[in-house]
Formats: sequence, structure tokens, C-alpha cells
Amino acid sequence: MQKNLKYLVLIFLTIYSVQTFAQNFPIKPNPPKIVNDFANFLSTNEKQALENKLVKFNNETSTQIAIVIVKSLDGYDKASYAYGLGEEWGIGQKGKNNGILILVKPKYASEKGEVFIATGYGVEGAVPDAIAKRIVENEIIPYFRQNKYYKGLDEATNRIIELTRGEYTAEDYRNATSGSAGSAIPVIIIFLIVIIFSFIGRARRARHYAVGHNVPFWIALGMLSSSRGHGGSYGNFSSGGGSFGGFSGGSSFGGFGGGSFGGGGAGGSW
Amino acid sequence: MKKKWITLLVIAVIALFFYSSIKGNYNKMVAMDESVASQWAQVENVYQRRADLIPNLVNTVKGYAAHEQETLTGVIEARAKATSTTIDPSNLNAENIQAFQQAQSGLSSALSKLMVVVERYPDLKANQNFLELQAQLEGTENRITVERQKFNNSAQAFNTFIKQFPKNIYANIFNFEEKAYFKAQENAEQAPKVEF
Repeated sequence: MQKNLKYLVLIFLTIYSVQTFAQNFPIKPNPPKIVNDFANFLSTNEKQALENKLVKFNNETSTQIAIVIVKSLDGYDKASYAYGLGEEWGIGQKGKNNGILILVKPKYASEKGEVFIATGYGVEGAVPDAIAKRIVENEIIPYFRQNKYYKGLDEATNRIIELTRGEYTAEDYRNATSGSAGSAIPVIIIFLIVIIFSFIGRARRARHYAVGHNVPFWIALGMLSSSRGHGGSYGNFSSGGGSFGGFSGGSSFGGFGGGSFGGGGAGGSW
Repeated sequence: MKKKWITLLVIAVIALFFYSSIKGNYNKMVAMDESVASQWAQVENVYQRRADLIPNLVNTVKGYAAHEQETLTGVIEARAKATSTTIDPSNLNAENIQAFQQAQSGLSSALSKLMVVVERYPDLKANQNFLELQAQLEGTENRITVERQKFNNSAQAFNTFIKQFPKNIYANIFNFEEKAYFKAQENAEQAPKVEF
């Protein structure tokens, strides 16, 4: 008991000492939105315009370009804040990791404004760091300096859309998600039938074997089943893996898909 | 006769219970061990990416700042040392990680010295090629931070798993050892001192 307690404390301590990513990120919006302004940086119309454009792009290509505007980076470096947030919200599709996060911290009287474009693993090729840097320096910051915030974000997202358009299509993704609703059940049933039949067949062989070799039936069954190298990969049944709902609505955003970030991208300040 | 069957049955049930418990936990340990190893590969990958950027960077700087030979040589030597230190992922103990980290942080400090020197050459700083290399280098440093963090997380998940009862016993039997973590280094993360 004492020893277990000690372990528990140790484990607790390791968790606390290692996890530095556990910070207070804004909660994922519900209903999901792709443009999240926690600092009242943009007007409602501007937000809606960006949201429509990015949701449309997401529905066409499955690439998610999210914009998040926060009041403060909580003392973190803008890059690590962006990766942490992107990972936590899961921007981009699982497996494709085609998420891009444009993180903005507005300029306040005493603090510089910060902006960072974080690219998911899957779009590092389409938007290399040097290009991300150029977008920040040439499209975003000059407009932000003139307080044309919408214009800066609009231009930046246009550039990113051009760069990533050819990279992914939503087609295969759409097939995968519609498949999970309709066709998965018959597949499972067929699978079960196959398993049952093979089991019956094996049981019959086992009985045969048991009678022939004078061993109890269940031992024979065990021997047979262990001797056939049925590594058992029946578990691999997760289809799609994403959390997408609204394709049919045209402009409704279904949510982030679980993409992952590896540290690509670039930023700047003004 | 009947008693014998009951004993046999009890033994069989107990054996089955142990078998499934060991099997489940063992397989989980193997899977987690693999994921730590693959995350380690990812860490080495991003460090390699940094090493790959260096020849290009050195050549670009050379063109503008030829008499900074000493700093440039320092970077090249540190790079050679860093790329020669690799770890077999089945042996991720504290000592090895420490050695790896030390070799890499030698390169980090050589690079930051170079970046300080570069400040004296406005022409170089305006060079488009150099700016792009700089952005790539920054991105690579970010990638290193992220992958190291992810490695620590997966090593921590593995360690937590194998230290719990009764898995600690199985881990002992099957020789699964605790993985070491990346630690923030005392000096490496500090900005270089600027002296006049």
C-alpha cells in the first residue's frame, strides 16, 4: 500500500514536471467555427466573410485554415502557443494533418502585435517556412500596420488557398465519412459471419483431432487456434476518424478533424 | 473423479486469466515501446533537418563575411559532432539522451554565435537567400521543440504504464526499461551573452 502510494506520487510528479504544453487555451468553440476572434479584432461582417470563404475551402478540399485571435499569449512564445493550440483543437484532418492556424495577438498600447502561421505536418510541403515568413512579412504585417486587419487576413488566406489548393481533395474524405454511416454495418455483419463460420470449422476440426488423439476437445481447440497464426487484426475498424457533419449545408462548418502539428510555419510582429 | 475435473477447470480458468492479462499488457507495452521509438526517430529527423541546412547557410554567410572563418569553422565542427551522435531507439536511457543532447546543444550554441556575428553584415541580412535560410532555421528550431515535447509525452505515457501494478512485474520479466526524458539544459536555452 505504502509502495503503491509512493508510485502514485512519483507518477503524479512526472506528469506535472513533463507537461509544459498544458496551458489554458481557449475552449474549442461549440458550434464549431473556423474563425475565432476572442479579442474583438474584426467586425462581425468581416468575420463572417472570412468564415464563409474558409469553410467553403474546407468543404472543397478538406484543408482547414483556421484563424484564431487571442487577447494574450499567456507569456508563451507565439510559435509554441500556435502549435499547442492547433494540436489541442485538432485543426486539419486526422491522418492528412492538413491544418493551418493563423494566430494573431493584436497590438496593444504597451505590447507588440504578434502573428504566426503554423502549418500542420501535411502542408509543410505546400507552405514551406520561408513562404509562410513571406506571407507574414509581405501580406499581413504591412496591412496590419495600417490597421487594415481584415485586408491582411483576407490576402494571407488567399495566398494560402492558392498554395494548398492542389494538395488535398475532399473527395476521398467525403467517401470515407459517408461510408462510415451507411455501409459499415453490412461489412461488420459479413465479417461476423465469416468469423463464426471459421470458428465452427475449426471446432469441427478440433473435435476430429480430439477424438483421434485422445485429448479433451477444448484443449484441441486451443491448440488449433494457437497454431494457426491468426494475428487478429479485427480491431482496425475505425472508418474516417474525423468529426465532420455538415457537408450538405454548403457553408456550415463541421468542426476540426484532429490534425497534428510538427513545428512548421513562421511568424512576425508589428 | 468429479473433484479432479473441478480442480482442472479452476486451474484452466486461472491460467486463462493470467494468460490474457499478460498478453494484453505485453502487447500494449510493445505498441507503446514502438511509438516511443518512432517518436524518437522523428526527433532525430528534425535534428538532421537542421544539420542539412547548415552547409547552405555556411556557404551563404561565407560569401559576405569571409573573415569570420573561426565562427564558421566552429559551426562546421559542431555539426560534424552532432551528426555523429545517434542513439539506437531500443536504448533510450538517460546517459544516451544526455550525450545526444550535449552534442546537439554544441551545434545550437555555435549557430547562435554565428547569428550574432551576422548582425554586423547588413548586406548579408538583406540577402533574400539568407532570409529564407533564416526562416527555415527558425522553423527547424520550432520543430525540434515540438518533437522533443511529443517524445517526452510518449515516453511519459510509456513509463507511467510500465510502472503501475501489476504491469511493473511483467515489464520486469520482459525487460521493458524506463525511457529517459529530454530536459531543458541550463545553458543551452539562454541567449548568448553580448559583450562589448
